[in-house]
Amino acid sequence: MDWSSILGNTARAAIGLETVIYALAAIGLNVQFGYAGLLNFGQAAFVAVGAYGIAVTVTVLGLPFWLGVVVGLVAAVLLAVLLGIPTLRLRADYLAIATIAAAEIVRLTVRSATLRDQTGGSSGLSGFAEGFYDLNPFTPGQSYGFGPWVFGARLAWILVVGWVLVAVCCLVVFLLMRSPWGRVLKGIREDEDAVRSLGKNVYAYKMQALVIGGVIGALAGFVFGVGRASVQPDLYGTELTFFVYTVLLLGGAARVLGPVVGAAIFWVALVLIENVLVQAVGAGYVPDWLMSSTQVGQVRFMLVGLALMLLMIFRPQGIFGDRRELAIDAR
Amino acid sequence: MPADENRPDLTDLDEGAPHEGHGGSHPATAPGPGPRALAAREVLRDVPRVPGAPKPDPVLVADGVVRRFGGLTAVDVQHVEFQRGAITALIGPNGAGKTTFFNLLTGFDRPDEGSWTFEGRSLARVPAHRVARRGMVRTFQLTKALSRLTVIENMRLGATGQVGERLLSAMFRRVWRGQEDSNTRRADELLRRFKLDAKREDFAGSLSGGQRKLLEMARALMTEPRLVMLDEPMAGVNPALTQSLLGHVKDLREQGMTVVFVEHDMDMVRDISDWVVVMAQGTVVAEGPPDAVMADPAVIDAYLGGHHDAPLTEEDEAEQIAAAEAELERERDQEVGR
Repeated sequence: MDWSSILGNTARAAIGLETVIYALAAIGLNVQFGYAGLLNFGQAAFVAVGAYGIAVTVTVLGLPFWLGVVVGLVAAVLLAVLLGIPTLRLRADYLAIATIAAAEIVRLTVRSATLRDQTGGSSGLSGFAEGFYDLNPFTPGQSYGFGPWVFGARLAWILVVGWVLVAVCCLVVFLLMRSPWGRVLKGIREDEDAVRSLGKNVYAYKMQALVIGGVIGALAGFVFGVGRASVQPDLYGTELTFFVYTVLLLGGAARVLGPVVGAAIFWVALVLIENVLVQAVGAGYVPDWLMSSTQVGQVRFMLVGLALMLLMIFRPQGIFGDRRELAIDAR
Repeated sequence: MPADENRPDLTDLDEGAPHEGHGGSHPATAPGPGPRALAAREVLRDVPRVPGAPKPDPVLVADGVVRRFGGLTAVDVQHVEFQRGAITALIGPNGAGKTTFFNLLTGFDRPDEGSWTFEGRSLARVPAHRVARRGMVRTFQLTKALSRLTVIENMRLGATGQVGERLLSAMFRRVWRGQEDSNTRRADELLRRFKLDAKREDFAGSLSGGQRKLLEMARALMTEPRLVMLDEPMAGVNPALTQSLLGHVKDLREQGMTVVFVEHDMDMVRDISDWVVVMAQGTVVAEGPPDAVMADPAVIDAYLGGHHDAPLTEEDEAEQIAAAEAELERERDQEVGR
């Protein structure tokens, strides 16, 4: 077994592209679910809207890259408002159902054959990211970084931009949540009628939270689309949403850095398990009848699931959560 | 019936008008009625004891408010007025529609018909948060302390018109810091008055039932209301806290606020209310001062379910009461004989 390769891959995963994408998506979800208590099960749709915003604007309309970013952000705001208008006045579970359906509608729409010329159908779009990489200050062909964290110029560039976005989003969430605005949001999570009785327009606050979370989700979509230099509809399915929830609960909901730490742990665990299993199967430590190398991909998720169950049993508040807070049942 | 009809022109009522500040720390009221209590009772003395009676200076007036749930008419209030500066109790048997009426008045539910005004302005179709901003705040039957916020954060949340609650200014602390500090000072004063200052940094979820009631009331006062609507303020309160809670409710009146409350505890109703409105089956069946109302046969009927039967003649009634007393006597004898 090649432990240096296993550990190297694992270390890179801690700050890798997937970690950035999931951290951003989970920061958005944290605003909605963690602080405001909105059960948004359609975060994948906001990510998709961000990614397709750039992809369609650049490849189909032939417009510059930065305009694609604007289109993605505006589309995320529109999607949030559209989802919020009918559902935010209703009980929390209606939002959950509406958002999960909306996310599937978005995915099935962009992959439909009718829209093949606009969204590329099931194979998606590519070739829209060059505008972004043209801005790359790193020299192509060279590697950047230290220790195990050495990346090529393109990956280094998107990672720098991605982590800057993560830092900015965390700062915004921190500033918002220590303010009276954040206090209203936390109040709504507990009991919106109580907050309403104190003269706060609960509906407006929930809408603001949904929009902010959605816009941060769209930022995750930019990193996703640009980082892979392509968009494919099936990457934006419901499992993306559920992994984002996993990341959020892992790190601890309603904590500023919870989503970032959660994303890092999630991908470190996934990559470590995958690499160890692949090497173990390859070296013959694992008998064929138990697992083949092609089955590793599925087994790693099983093991991660098991690890998460154990975490939820022994540390239900997540890594950063406050046990004292969790011990209070919402009477 | 228009609200202004038949209203006695009493100019000496201004004493009871609520336009002074009331955020300061007041000592708990001494035993016995305070000056405003006496004034409120004096003013209400000449009001006719009939459902829908006009009050000299009503702050809240409801007309023809009807709420139906499917085929069931939960509330059907023809006309009712609540006197400014007084404590009015809303009583009635379970299912009389008291809480539903409360929800309608405070914008938490919408009536099928009807209109109502607060300080002369219509509240029909006004959403709940705007009702609160206009100075009419409510508490809930099942206390809604926000468990995972600390006591002081609960209090701060109550302040209205906060700049820091607007999304765009929220991120810049220097914009809202001054206001936050003054809100915190006011919150601390209220906490001291309600004897919750020791719990300042605790999660509201760790408080006892009675302390939560106190917190909910104190938090409601942070909105600087002129009318306080309390839905069963005594439900689930430890008897040791009852007197203190009663004192606080009386205090509200002494500070010029109007109080309307729903309550089942008749001792409390008798003790603190200046006026009692009785609901049964969604309608107002009687009103009057506490002692008069509790002796009213219509009220006794409402509580005992007399309205289900044909109206009783006086002889029937006397007979039934005699029979009931005989029954009680027999039970008592058995008890003693054992």
